[in-house]
Amino acid sequence: MIPNGTLIGEMIAFAILIWFCVQFIWPHINKAIEERQVKIAEGLSAAERAHAELKDADTKVADEIRKARQQASEIIDKAQQQANGILDKARADAIVEINRLKAVAQDDIAAMAQQAREQLRERVGALAVQGASKIVQREVDASTHKALLDQLAAEV
Amino acid sequence: MAREPGGLSEYIQHHLTHLIPVGKDYGDFWALHIDSITVSLVLGVLFCLWFWSKARKATAGVPSKGQAFVEIILEFVDGQVKDVFHGDRRFLGPLALTVFVWVFLMNAMDLLPVDLLPWITEKFGIGHFRAVPTADTNMTFAMSITVFLLIIVYSFKAKGFGGYMHELFTAPFGKHPVLWPFNFALNLVELVSKPVSLAMRLFGNMYAGELVFMLIAGLFSAGAGVAGWTLYGMGIIGYTVWGLFHILIISIQAFIFMVLTIVYISMAHDHH
Repeated sequence: MIPNGTLIGEMIAFAILIWFCVQFIWPHINKAIEERQVKIAEGLSAAERAHAELKDADTKVADEIRKARQQASEIIDKAQQQANGILDKARADAIVEINRLKAVAQDDIAAMAQQAREQLRERVGALAVQGASKIVQREVDASTHKALLDQLAAEV
Repeated sequence: MAREPGGLSEYIQHHLTHLIPVGKDYGDFWALHIDSITVSLVLGVLFCLWFWSKARKATAGVPSKGQAFVEIILEFVDGQVKDVFHGDRRFLGPLALTVFVWVFLMNAMDLLPVDLLPWITEKFGIGHFRAVPTADTNMTFAMSITVFLLIIVYSFKAKGFGGYMHELFTAPFGKHPVLWPFNFALNLVELVSKPVSLAMRLFGNMYAGELVFMLIAGLFSAGAGVAGWTLYGMGIIGYTVWGLFHILIISIQAFIFMVLTIVYISMAHDHH
């Protein structure tokens, strides 16, 4: 039970083991662990960064979409306005054209009526002369009674 | 194992005798316990080769399972050291790791069937063989005295010769010269009690554990007949239960030895 020389030997062995562990085991494994810790920390921070970037991109995309939508609606509004303008102008033009054509037609109608009236008057005059000559049984000299005939025609 | 002529006490006596093949004639000092030395050295070399082979191939990338296991042990030990000791861990870390793993491995020899190694050595003509080096005061004191020397070294390193002497003679009662002897006596007791308690705690636990295993193993040779076989069955149950419980003890003892080593050395490192 009392320690003897064995103790010295085992103390030496223990010291050698400690030395070996200090020299060859601990530093290598510890280094690997620390390097991995750094790597993991870097990976985590990279992931976090990527996450933030993704969020940023998402908001940017949403912003762009919102802008595009706004632009599109503006374009549609403008197009509608333009279309309305074109329509209004066409309508106004048409009205002007109609009025012009109506005026021309009225002029024509008036002219034709005048013409018809003239012809009718002449025809009535002639018929009157014919009728009168038949009544008096002699030829009425058209030139002699022109004034009379004209007056008659005007009265018809 | 058949009951030996002297019965249980001789069986135990036989198992508690160290292998001392040479040196007996030169006095007790040279009566070296070859069994303790052999087993502890084999386990120490095993520990070194195991950890060294993993350390050599250690990568910061994805670790193999073996490397991860070694790392778990190392980080566990490092965490214990970090909790107690606030300084450069490049020596204390490996020291704690060596203490923990080596003591654990030596304690684990207790879990081998108590007759296995002696039975094997008997085939080679070696009569006595004790498998558990930590159940030998030589082993436990070898480690605790080494730790004690480290405590002294660390004390000098941290406080200087003058500072340490000053502390030994003036703490804890006071600076007055009359108090010097009392201070020194108390500090001496405190200092010496550290390696003694460290060594005796481990030795006591392992020795007692070994002894209980032997007592239970005694049931295996109770004799023939119903009574004998009943005792044999009880022996199996007892051996299993004590073995399971002993897993706890060997781990806790290895852990305690490591933690106290750290605590003692960090106490030496700190100023009182």
